[in-house]
Amino acid sequence: MITIIDYNAGNIKSVQRACAEVGVQAIVTSDPTTVAKAEKIIFPGVGAAPSAMEYLKKTGLDVALVKAFEGGIPILGICLGAQIILDSSEEGNQKCLGLVAGKTVRFRIRDKLLKIPHMGWNEVKAVQPHPLLDGIQPGDEFYFVHSYYPQPADKKDVYAVSSHGGDFCAALGSRNLFAMQFHPEKSGPLGLQILERFARWNGTLTG
Amino acid sequence: MLSKRLVVCLDVRGGKLAKSIKFVDTKDIGDPIAKARQYYEDGVDELVFYDITASRENRDIMINFVEEVARQIFIPFSVGGGIRSVEDATRLRNAGAEKVNVNTAAVKRKELISEIARAIGSQSTILSMDIRKVDPTQEMPSGYEIVVNGGVTPTGIDGLWWAKTGEELGAGELVINSIDADGTKDGYELNLTRMIADSVGIPVIASGGAGKPEHLYDVLTEGHADAALVASIVHYDEYTCRTLKEYLHNRGIKIRLNY
Repeated sequence: MITIIDYNAGNIKSVQRACAEVGVQAIVTSDPTTVAKAEKIIFPGVGAAPSAMEYLKKTGLDVALVKAFEGGIPILGICLGAQIILDSSEEGNQKCLGLVAGKTVRFRIRDKLLKIPHMGWNEVKAVQPHPLLDGIQPGDEFYFVHSYYPQPADKKDVYAVSSHGGDFCAALGSRNLFAMQFHPEKSGPLGLQILERFARWNGTLTG
Repeated sequence: MLSKRLVVCLDVRGGKLAKSIKFVDTKDIGDPIAKARQYYEDGVDELVFYDITASRENRDIMINFVEEVARQIFIPFSVGGGIRSVEDATRLRNAGAEKVNVNTAAVKRKELISEIARAIGSQSTILSMDIRKVDPTQEMPSGYEIVVNGGVTPTGIDGLWWAKTGEELGAGELVINSIDADGTKDGYELNLTRMIADSVGIPVIASGGAGKPEHLYDVLTEGHADAALVASIVHYDEYTCRTLKEYLHNRGIKIRLNY
């Protein structure tokens, strides 16, 4: 059973529906005690870092998430959930959860033909192996909608990149945590496969 | 680099798929959800559902319809037709639509665009425009006029001005539908599409006139569009999404082929 954290940051029902499509049971909750008992956590989210952090702190979900991470519970971050796991975000100069060292930064693009938000289908290239990216092929594309992206301090935490006026981190990971800037729930069959792999993942680099 | 997108539009009337020729004489051609699922599996990049009846009584039917679509397809889709308020937009978005399309109601009250963009974000707010060619005048220097109510009522509003205004008000994307080209299968209105795409900083989806794969290639290159919208050429099985995308790929267009 997967626990999807609802912290008032966008429509998380789409993640639950995508799990159902691949036969994975998932519940949606904003209750920190439910999160504390979770076997597996998806941390999705769309929106701005400051209001998201405010809500997480107010509800105690921030503490529950940190504890789950420290307790080795497999966690999958998506979009905003891949950004606020870092130390801080440029969006409102917000201090974030600090599960992974680094910072979320805004696209700085000189080319006027490249638009922000970065919205649409783009290729994701794995830069090192990870169980959740197992089987990803050159040319595989995923759906993005964002103006900020995660920038881990240590390059060894970067697992995949995409390109928009230069390479940026599209997926990062640390121990039992893996997170992606794109939306697996809106990326067709290839995205659903990532959710399937997460359902089987034991939280280590080998399985 | 972002890929170009193939978008399929499904006109929905009372839960049935309808196809209009030049906006009149619509006929039902099947179950839109089954069709949507077929296109999803065949690699369409995005879907648009247009509620062509768009009456208030139909609003709840449309919400249920959107929820069912969201259970069946796992790519972005948008919904349009009769969206008159922030509440309409928010409900459709919460039901599972990634984006909403506004058209006539925004022409009548342009603040609606900024209100919806504030509520659900610019990236989820699409301004759809039905446009026809006219002789350039002082009021309409671009030579294109906005028409509303399903393409039947002229407004005297300049098409290019409206596109730029829509962007300023917070629309995150534009659908440019040429009602002259719509249903003709003679190709997109390239001049119109390029004129608008070159004047705004947001993505442009070209609509109206697709009859063969070359037309998509032309509008994505010469027409400077980010996405090409098709309807009848896939609804009647003349082409599949896959064949259209392979054609574009073989001619050097970056488009998603792995799925």
